Amino acid sequence: MEEGCNCFTSKMVSNLSIGLLIVLGIVLLMVRVLYVVYKCGKPFPKGASQSFTTLVVLGSGGHTAEMLSLLSVLRMDRFTPRFYIAAATDSMSLQKARSFEDSLAVKPAVKEASSQFMQIYRSREVGQSYVTSVWTTIVAIVHGLWLMIRIRPQVILCNGPGTCIPLCVIAFLFKVLGIRWSSIFYVESVARVKKLSLSGLLLYKLRIADQFFVQWPQLQKKCPRAHYVGCLM
Amino acid sequence: MEDRENAKKRLVFVTVGTTSFDALVKAVVTQHVQDELLKRGYTHLLIQMGRGTFFPTKCDGADGSLVVDYFTFSSSIADHIRSASLVISHAGSGSIFETLKLGKPLIVVVNEDLMDNHQCELAEALEERKHLYYTRPHTLHQTLTKMELESLVPYTPGDGTPVARIIDRFLGFPDD
Repeated sequence: MEEGCNCFTSKMVSNLSIGLLIVLGIVLLMVRVLYVVYKCGKPFPKGASQSFTTLVVLGSGGHTAEMLSLLSVLRMDRFTPRFYIAAATDSMSLQKARSFEDSLAVKPAVKEASSQFMQIYRSREVGQSYVTSVWTTIVAIVHGLWLMIRIRPQVILCNGPGTCIPLCVIAFLFKVLGIRWSSIFYVESVARVKKLSLSGLLLYKLRIADQFFVQWPQLQKKCPRAHYVGCLM
Repeated sequence: MEDRENAKKRLVFVTVGTTSFDALVKAVVTQHVQDELLKRGYTHLLIQMGRGTFFPTKCDGADGSLVVDYFTFSSSIADHIRSASLVISHAGSGSIFETLKLGKPLIVVVNEDLMDNHQCELAEALEERKHLYYTRPHTLHQTLTKMELESLVPYTPGDGTPVARIIDRFLGFPDD
């Protein structure tokens, strides 16, 4: 009788310990996530670093043109080495990025690490059935994870294409897990005047972007935490 | 003879970018629209029709009508925009800003067949600032009748400097 009681008690205790450990783990994770969200958006101290490994996310439509327009006013020695990512089916964007990089190689002042151009699988093509999309989204996330582990960017520049979402979510995960701290700068496209894009909405509401930029005053009213910077184009 | 012709040439350039926008191409070649363009002193009509399936009829303008020509794609439409006196474009931001930056009068025609029409927002906002005219395929003719191109406000190109400044400051770089 006593033995039975002991068995029962020790089982209870071990179950309780496991339960407590799980709860503790979840609480610690939540605290870590809250800390990351708090630290996001806090400026770096002056002179924090000479240069930052930068990931530039490109996209079809006007996205790449807008992104290159922004890059052309950034000091390239501060954002190097640079990695460009475009969707696998977007051939024009990487071409435009290569032309941009070629145009930079005028002054051989400092020996810089050369830029790299990569493609990521799309989660879903336009018109693709949602059933097959589940699998392709999983493939895209795994591929994104592989690319992000290789690049481990310190700065991410993006402006709206769907490709930026898995990459930014993975970047946030890296922050939480302490793998790499990356500052995400999101510039909402000039074509978004009154309403955020889906990418913009997610990155703004979930506070994943460190700094959020909008180009029209109407959007600034809707997104008080965003910087209104006028039209970039 | 050719020089004199080129001197009097006033080109209307129509572009649909990489899209298919048959409604615009069809609207542009209707008699109504062509008559209005002739009335306004335009002599040539060049249509970049993209992935569209409606092929306009070419015309050499021998009988005093508009000279009409078309092509599907080109690697750069900048030269066509530069030689145009009027640009009629779909609502893609690339075409819009390329035209505005080259300082050409622009009529943006929105494609009502597109499901997600966030493109409308940009054209509307720029029209509010009087940088272009904004219309639909079936009202293109009316817009041409009523438009006053001299009243359009020239567009000053923007740039990314405000963004760059904020990013630099955030990352701890000294102000240049």
